Amino acid sequence: MNLSVLLWGIPQAMRAAAKVYPDYAARLKERNLVVQFRLRDKPEGRWIKLDNGRISTGKDLHTKPDLTLHFQNRAIAEEFLTPPFDLLTRVDAAKNFKIGLDGPDELAVWFMATLARLESITWKAGTDMGDGVVRYTSGTNGGPIFVYVKDGRIIRTTPIDFDETDAPSWSITARGKTFTPARRTTLGAHGACQKSMLYSKARLLYPMKRVDFDPDGERNIGNRGKSEFVRISWDEALDIVTKEIKRAKAVGPGAICVANGSHHQWGNLGHYLSAFNRFWNLIGVTRLMHSPDSWEGWFWGAMHHWGNSLRLGCPEFYGTVEDCLKEAEMIVFWSSDPDTTYGFEGARRREWARELGIKMVHIDPYLNHTAAHLGGKWIAPKAGTDPALAQALCHVWITEGLYDKEFVEKRTTGFDEWKAYILGESDGVPKTPEWQEAETGVPARDVRALAREWGTKKTYLGAGSWGVGVGGACRGPTGMQWARMMTILGAMQGYGRPGSNFGNLQFGSPLDFSFYFPGYGEGSFSGDLTYSANSANNYQRMPHIVTMSSVRQVIPRMWMPEAITQGKALGYATDVGSVQGQFFPVGYPSPGHVRVEMLYKYGSQIFGTMVDGNRWARMYQHESLKFVVNQSVWKEGETPFADIILPACTVFEKWDIGEWYNVGAGYVHHMYSMNNHRVISMQHKCIEPRGESKSDYDIFLSIMERLGLGAVYSEGGTTELDWCKRVFDSSDLSKHISWRQFLKKGYYVVPPEANEGRAPTANRWYYEGRKKDTPEPYPLPSDYVGEYLQGLQTPSGKFEFVASTLKRIDDPDRPPLNRYMPTYEDPVRDPELAGFTLKLLTPHTRYSFHVMGDDESSSVWDIREHRICNNGHYYLVARINRQDAEARGIGNEDLIRLWNNRASVVCAAQVTDRIQPGVVSAYAGSAQYRPAGEPGRSTDLGGCVNMLNPSKSIASKGHGMRPNTTLIQVEKWTGVDTWQPAEAV
Amino acid sequence: MAKKWNLIVDVARCDNCRLCFLAVKDEYVGNDFPGYSAAQPEHGHNWLDIRRKERGSYPLLEARFMPVMCNHCDSAPCIEAAREGAVRKRPDGIVIIDPEKSKGQKQIVDACPYGAICWNEEKQIPQAWPFDAQLLDKGWTRVRGEQTCPMDVYRTLQVEDDEMQRIQAEEGLEVLKPELETRPRVYYKNLHLMTQCFVAGTVVRHEGGVEECAAGVEVVLRQEGREVGRATTDTFGEFKIDRLEPNSRGYQLEVSASSGSLSIQFDLGDESRYLGTMTLAAG
Repeated sequence: MNLSVLLWGIPQAMRAAAKVYPDYAARLKERNLVVQFRLRDKPEGRWIKLDNGRISTGKDLHTKPDLTLHFQNRAIAEEFLTPPFDLLTRVDAAKNFKIGLDGPDELAVWFMATLARLESITWKAGTDMGDGVVRYTSGTNGGPIFVYVKDGRIIRTTPIDFDETDAPSWSITARGKTFTPARRTTLGAHGACQKSMLYSKARLLYPMKRVDFDPDGERNIGNRGKSEFVRISWDEALDIVTKEIKRAKAVGPGAICVANGSHHQWGNLGHYLSAFNRFWNLIGVTRLMHSPDSWEGWFWGAMHHWGNSLRLGCPEFYGTVEDCLKEAEMIVFWSSDPDTTYGFEGARRREWARELGIKMVHIDPYLNHTAAHLGGKWIAPKAGTDPALAQALCHVWITEGLYDKEFVEKRTTGFDEWKAYILGESDGVPKTPEWQEAETGVPARDVRALAREWGTKKTYLGAGSWGVGVGGACRGPTGMQWARMMTILGAMQGYGRPGSNFGNLQFGSPLDFSFYFPGYGEGSFSGDLTYSANSANNYQRMPHIVTMSSVRQVIPRMWMPEAITQGKALGYATDVGSVQGQFFPVGYPSPGHVRVEMLYKYGSQIFGTMVDGNRWARMYQHESLKFVVNQSVWKEGETPFADIILPACTVFEKWDIGEWYNVGAGYVHHMYSMNNHRVISMQHKCIEPRGESKSDYDIFLSIMERLGLGAVYSEGGTTELDWCKRVFDSSDLSKHISWRQFLKKGYYVVPPEANEGRAPTANRWYYEGRKKDTPEPYPLPSDYVGEYLQGLQTPSGKFEFVASTLKRIDDPDRPPLNRYMPTYEDPVRDPELAGFTLKLLTPHTRYSFHVMGDDESSSVWDIREHRICNNGHYYLVARINRQDAEARGIGNEDLIRLWNNRASVVCAAQVTDRIQPGVVSAYAGSAQYRPAGEPGRSTDLGGCVNMLNPSKSIASKGHGMRPNTTLIQVEKWTGVDTWQPAEAV
Repeated sequence: MAKKWNLIVDVARCDNCRLCFLAVKDEYVGNDFPGYSAAQPEHGHNWLDIRRKERGSYPLLEARFMPVMCNHCDSAPCIEAAREGAVRKRPDGIVIIDPEKSKGQKQIVDACPYGAICWNEEKQIPQAWPFDAQLLDKGWTRVRGEQTCPMDVYRTLQVEDDEMQRIQAEEGLEVLKPELETRPRVYYKNLHLMTQCFVAGTVVRHEGGVEECAAGVEVVLRQEGREVGRATTDTFGEFKIDRLEPNSRGYQLEVSASSGSLSIQFDLGDESRYLGTMTLAAG
């Protein structure tokens, strides 16, 4: 289209929109300015003047424009301005400086957003329910929901009931019965409590400054976590933060560090891998290297037997719901409690299995919720000794010939060496059921009975809470040995054989795996091609400007306190691209970089999820950490350990978009296979932000504008709603539903594949010696030793009983042959631990999501299995065996103190027979931290039980946590705190 | 006969995921529904509560959960106790505590034999779950607990009373404390999991000096000579006989197999009983 026509059209369109839409007219009154459009190579253009909402315009060059939008030449200008806009062209023009903006950054962002609003002003969201109620949709960490709004207030949130226009549900016919999931979304408790979290007293509603923090004078760093805060304006807060960013950048590369909680709110834009990632790349920061903290044993251990590095060492899961229901005769749940962490989608499927007569066995020191609900045999090994039990199973299988000899012969290596170890030929100790009984406490007869049942019946091994990894025993001192044993048990029974595989019916629903919608791990508009999975699909499908940080410094997250307080932290990379990627050392400080002076803390608190958290509390008070800004939605235990607090809003107060449980390519491909239905939801801006809170995107954008990077960060004023549209357009959604329909209705159910098109069963290809046919792009082509798609990601291409890649790193914690090593804390072996006679388990939470949902106003606090109210305070529940409680004079719901040399934490006792004597279990997900005295040096009344766990790595040459089977002692809480840490830094 | 509201709760299906509990919080905290209920306080009120019970003892036990709420009794003691008609029975069976008229009437809380009415200290009113009547009156067909429950614990039924009686008989439904004759409209399935006991044990045998689980062994339970239960041990030698009355006495358990037999006498207390490991004597 001709440029002069295009430029003439812009003010005309603005006038027309202002006439029809009062919101647009109001927006035009927000700024008075003159904008000049012009070519660089010729004195041609048009100016538009806004004066109190009135538009005037002229076809020439203005003498004093406030803002100039210049184009390299006419052709580029015409291509850029002609609708419908081609994103690739626009991004290309912007990132290659074919267009440019002169003028204040904030003004440029505002004006470009005003132009974009010409389109979005016509969009409508939500369904009118009558009586002034509008029903919107949203996405939470617990699932997608309907949101009912009246008079600007959310009155109700519910799961989404599908209607007759939504796609049909899949069904599975097994042994004469047909099963199909309920036609609705299901929720986790942390999704169902969101209204209470939105209106919580703990919401941060205004920017705040620590009262004794003076950026130009005395900072009183030692008072972090102790002093009060005072409300300040957004301008003051953002000016301070921007000034500190500039100050730190002048110190040198890496002086600014970013830290986020394990997860953020749901949504492709608001996730830390998107909005925050783009922000930090444009600033240049020292990143924290997260360990695969829900997968540790699989990543550092199991991976070496069979590869699967891009699944963090865990097995595939395609088609296993159908195969299990049709073929399996038994499911062994080993440290596997999906009902606690993910039950809301898979719990009914497990009931189908029970209905079909599939036997259930549960191995866990705690009669977990899945076990309690499903029933079956409960086997309770002493916490941390599970690998010994597993080895005794191997002993029975070998001595009684109950393993898949053909699979072992054709598809594995190293079995003779393994067999010699199990039979005791190589070390003189046969790993008999009696041998394990002395270690695990499990009667030898039970092990024999289980081994024989397993060796003669088609069995699914549900290992970890997903059944294919995650949580439980893999997160402990023997976690690598355990995860390695899970792969070995699978191999000895020929995994991939019909009815013999990995899973507990939580993953592997027969969904459509070809319909593309980006997962949160793809980083959305981050532009980050290095530390998110953006490059696999998202970057091609949604053109946006690449971002890359010039700072290369990384801190292994578990040892961030040591990095700050001691100036040194060495770890190993969480690199999923290959097996040997994890052998790369990561060191702080990095060459040419400087020490961290400023921390940008974002999202939920780390105190509740990181080990030995008292170190973190003390770190915050270290003099070298000159500035801390905390950007959060809620006031949590860690929030006051800051100088400036920036209040972010919830998902209900901003626009976002996302598919439930979709991480995308990255580390759990097709993670949504956990779901009964693929549900993509618009996360409507249901209400205006409470108080002065703002969306994370808007906060980052405001800081970027102060650094002259606003137009770059927002790609020329792209708002969150515009980004939602761009995400929509980039996905396969746009082929099935119009944007306007989707925005209005708020969700879309992806139709499942017809029976014939369903994904092949996981690992069947390998069992049958065929080329890989499951729909995952792993391993990388270069990682096949022979022909592409043939064999596993190991040096031999086969399953390796003796892991040859472990011969390439000399790590005493993971010898190539998976010897049993009682590496858990033991008061007999270690006299310093005498007196600490109970083992602590700190599993993933049931009613909160990590720490999210564990808030003082959260309805979850009224769940007596989560917290118990005592004298007006809510204490985290710790489960303790009846005998252990009686021996200490502890009654149900009494306040008890759990302590060791690292921490002391007050909980409320749930006295139960469901836990093995000698073991205490408490969920590691406290959002609270209430030190009775000096922070980091006194008893916590908030329930951060993870503080009791050690910061020692699961592998000497690795970087992974081991937060289970930690030794503690327990007593009735006296109310008087005398505890001191043994080694205060 | 008019159709009335009833709720069926299946104890066996509940795994304490708490979604119904949270849905009730979501519905009533912060929301006034004039004519139905005043807003519930942020904390402390469990209009829908979930009771927990462990049956058996380490290492053989069950964990059971039972949602309890206002029973919407047809002979409601709270209606009797209320002054000035502060509690009323609607024609559709739902009991409503009027948030205005009930002010100061704490005796309404005390009148409920199920502990289902909470006292709102701030507002000085008694409060209970109003069967989500404000939603049913707008066309909802299920209470929120049912809409949100992933385990299908609940069934909201709008039927005539004789139809409900037929369903009750057909499905073996029970009500809480039937002896009080309050005639609840909330019915329970598998209530024995909360009110009755099981006896369980593990049978082992010795073979060539090695202890093995005794699978497939017949176990017979007699009370004063009469057979009251029978089971077969599973792969792990375990058995369980359920639906025994608490504090019932004079039991004799007989285990017999080709490899041996044994007999145990015991009484039941308040709770289920795990008899532990029993070894078959060579017989």
